[in-house]
Amino acid sequence: MKTFIDVCCKECWHSTEKPCDQFIRCCTEGPLCHHNPDCEKKFKQLNRELTYQEHNLPVIFIGKGTCGLASGAQKTEDAIRAELDKLNIKAIIETTGCVGYCAKEPIVDIKLPGKDRVSYCEVTPKIVSKLIQKTIVEKGIYKENFLGKYGPAENGYKNINDIDFFKRQMKIVLENCGVIDPTSIDTYIAHGGFKALDKVLTHRKQEEVVNDILASGLRGRGGGGFPTGKKWDFALKQKSEQKYIICNADEGDPGAFMDRSVLESDPYKVVEGMLIGGYAIGASVGYIYCRAEYPLAITRLENTIKNCKQYGLLGKNILGTGFNFELKIKKGAGAFVCGEETALIASIEGKRGMPKPRPPYPAVSGLWGKPTVINNVETFANVPQVFNKGVEFYASIGTKTSKGTKVFALSGKIRNTGLVEVPMGTTLREVVFDIGGGIPNNKKFKAVQIGGPSGGCLPEKVMDTVVDYESLKTVGAMMGSGGLVVMDEDTCMVDVAKFFLTFIQNESCGKCVPCREGTKRMLEIIEKIPMSYKNTANKVDQLQRFKGIIHLQRLADVIKDTSLCGLGQSAPNPILSGLKYFKDEYEEHLYDRKCTAGVCKELLTFTVNNDLCEGCGLCARKCPVEAIMGEKKQAHYIIQDRCIRCGMCVDSCKFEAIDVE
Amino acid sequence: MHKKIFENYPPKDKSVLIAVLQDVQHIYGYLPENALQEVADFVGLPLSRVYGVATFYNQFRLTPLGENVIRVCRGTACHVSNSANILFNIETALNVKAGQTTRDKKFTLETVACIGACSIAPVITVNDDYFGKVAVKEIPNILKKYSTPKKQII
Repeated sequence: MKTFIDVCCKECWHSTEKPCDQFIRCCTEGPLCHHNPDCEKKFKQLNRELTYQEHNLPVIFIGKGTCGLASGAQKTEDAIRAELDKLNIKAIIETTGCVGYCAKEPIVDIKLPGKDRVSYCEVTPKIVSKLIQKTIVEKGIYKENFLGKYGPAENGYKNINDIDFFKRQMKIVLENCGVIDPTSIDTYIAHGGFKALDKVLTHRKQEEVVNDILASGLRGRGGGGFPTGKKWDFALKQKSEQKYIICNADEGDPGAFMDRSVLESDPYKVVEGMLIGGYAIGASVGYIYCRAEYPLAITRLENTIKNCKQYGLLGKNILGTGFNFELKIKKGAGAFVCGEETALIASIEGKRGMPKPRPPYPAVSGLWGKPTVINNVETFANVPQVFNKGVEFYASIGTKTSKGTKVFALSGKIRNTGLVEVPMGTTLREVVFDIGGGIPNNKKFKAVQIGGPSGGCLPEKVMDTVVDYESLKTVGAMMGSGGLVVMDEDTCMVDVAKFFLTFIQNESCGKCVPCREGTKRMLEIIEKIPMSYKNTANKVDQLQRFKGIIHLQRLADVIKDTSLCGLGQSAPNPILSGLKYFKDEYEEHLYDRKCTAGVCKELLTFTVNNDLCEGCGLCARKCPVEAIMGEKKQAHYIIQDRCIRCGMCVDSCKFEAIDVE
Repeated sequence: MHKKIFENYPPKDKSVLIAVLQDVQHIYGYLPENALQEVADFVGLPLSRVYGVATFYNQFRLTPLGENVIRVCRGTACHVSNSANILFNIETALNVKAGQTTRDKKFTLETVACIGACSIAPVITVNDDYFGKVAVKEIPNILKKYSTPKKQII
């Protein structure tokens, strides 16, 4: 296929050396500098092809984000290619990112010439031949795996935005995700990409851009919720020959994966946002600090930067406006604390990623002592949309203090796992039950964990809290980066608290005492709660268990007040919210020595149900400590003193004959 | 071999330290002691500083890896989907603890804070392959797939 660079005649002189300020508009409306019906036709044709309005061959879109690939999208693609070869059908196979409905991956869209694009879910290699037969050969719709179609509904086949999962969503950041090819810059431009950059560079002064962002009410999506416009304003007012802009893609919160998905599915939007930010504050160098755990996101970003350079959208004199901007990728090396902005700067400088006291804020003195603006991936992805959709429109979405939309990553014990984007002001209940589809396997909802290790667990009774920065704080959680992990009755809240503290303890950088030592002591206290002293009968330890609980609240408060950075300040949140909402469960562990959820192993007893046991001996063979005895074809029994409560016997038993109490 | 890496970076530039270490680890699978010294000389930092950075970040390792690397995700979503049990089962099957390598150098078992594939929890990765919604029963099969010796390609 031709590209926007070579589609026109010799009259078009846009190149990296001599850039044209009309290049972006020219691509979609062009040619603008000369009149040539032939060129006009070619531009129109290319735009129609890139937006998939006109094509002669069937187009097959395969969602190949990390979640798609993990669900077997590559195998599906191989099967599709083999099937097409077998039937001797020619088709275009396009790679897209993730549409957000991760539970239904692999998702494959098929668009026949002159027809609407139709989305199919859970396309495994097994159904590929039936799917191709029904859709491409017979030109029908494959009912069994139908997800939704683009374009008006017909014959009971719903539009994709009307199905339950997407109905309540509002796509601003995720607009292109899963729809366009994330590797092609032409596709992005044909879908309206870089228009905001064009508008900003040619029609807006730096102050005007900052004021627009301020007026839009956009706030940092990384967790803190600091107004983006204010941050940019501080940096703009600093006088310095060199300023930096950094995109924080060190998404370390367990349970959050929206940044990964945006970078994999629509990387150009993030780069466009960074270009606008760079122009607004006067930065000529930008960094994207991305986790090394996201290899696909890094590959896509590298490709994006290469293409932008080729099109003259990165480098010197961008679009002939005299604006220079260079973008570099820095790979993180696996430290959660590097999501904190001063630690991230230290890491880019090649040092140990340890935070510094603020002020001075990075906007005043950041990377190498120069003014630096750090924003999250999602924030940058919002920036072009503020200009595309209009400042007033953006400011009209959401609540009084929080504007726009927020992307949430739904995971855990929920039916529809995936990415959802809802306007601020949506209730948590809507997100979890209406969009997320509730809890699978008829289990009861227990809590939703919001905001990662810095957030809290919220129970059923506060589920009507609306999503915005302030409301979530009042119920003891925080927006965080937007991971929503749903927990059902099989999850033990003491165990969850232990999990988060272990995580924080591992990731604490060790610089300040409250975080380094305090979290360690908290972890010790929490670890003692579900410990069994049956074997040792150590009275002193029992006493410590109660003493620890008495001190827990005060310890948490001190850590909160005295830690240096956000990691330490928010570290006690999972404990505090647990004590606030799930006190019963803590008390049950403490006094009754029971774990109803059946998670805290030391408090459980495993016994063999004599009526169900067939004496197959499988559990005895699997048991790592040889605690199960019994004659063949006779009911077995467990020696309690030996049992380490690993649960191997439960997993291996075919007759469900092991009782756990 | 390091010279090739060093060609891509300006000498005596302290900010490239992490990137150089990542490249070195990419070649050897870990950071050998003599390589650390060379890197220190190249970026113009004392060895102690380089060691400090190498031990701060989770990605860097100072001991060699096994032939296959198993990473068990221990993120929140995986945790509530019982990834602790998965880890325990792999530990028992391989007879190593997380962070260790089996004696025959076939497998290294690691845990990772979050792979970012929470929607298909629990997740484990073996080398570059992802396995989503892993059940305890599947583990022997997954391990078997990677423990058969690779055919030598001439």
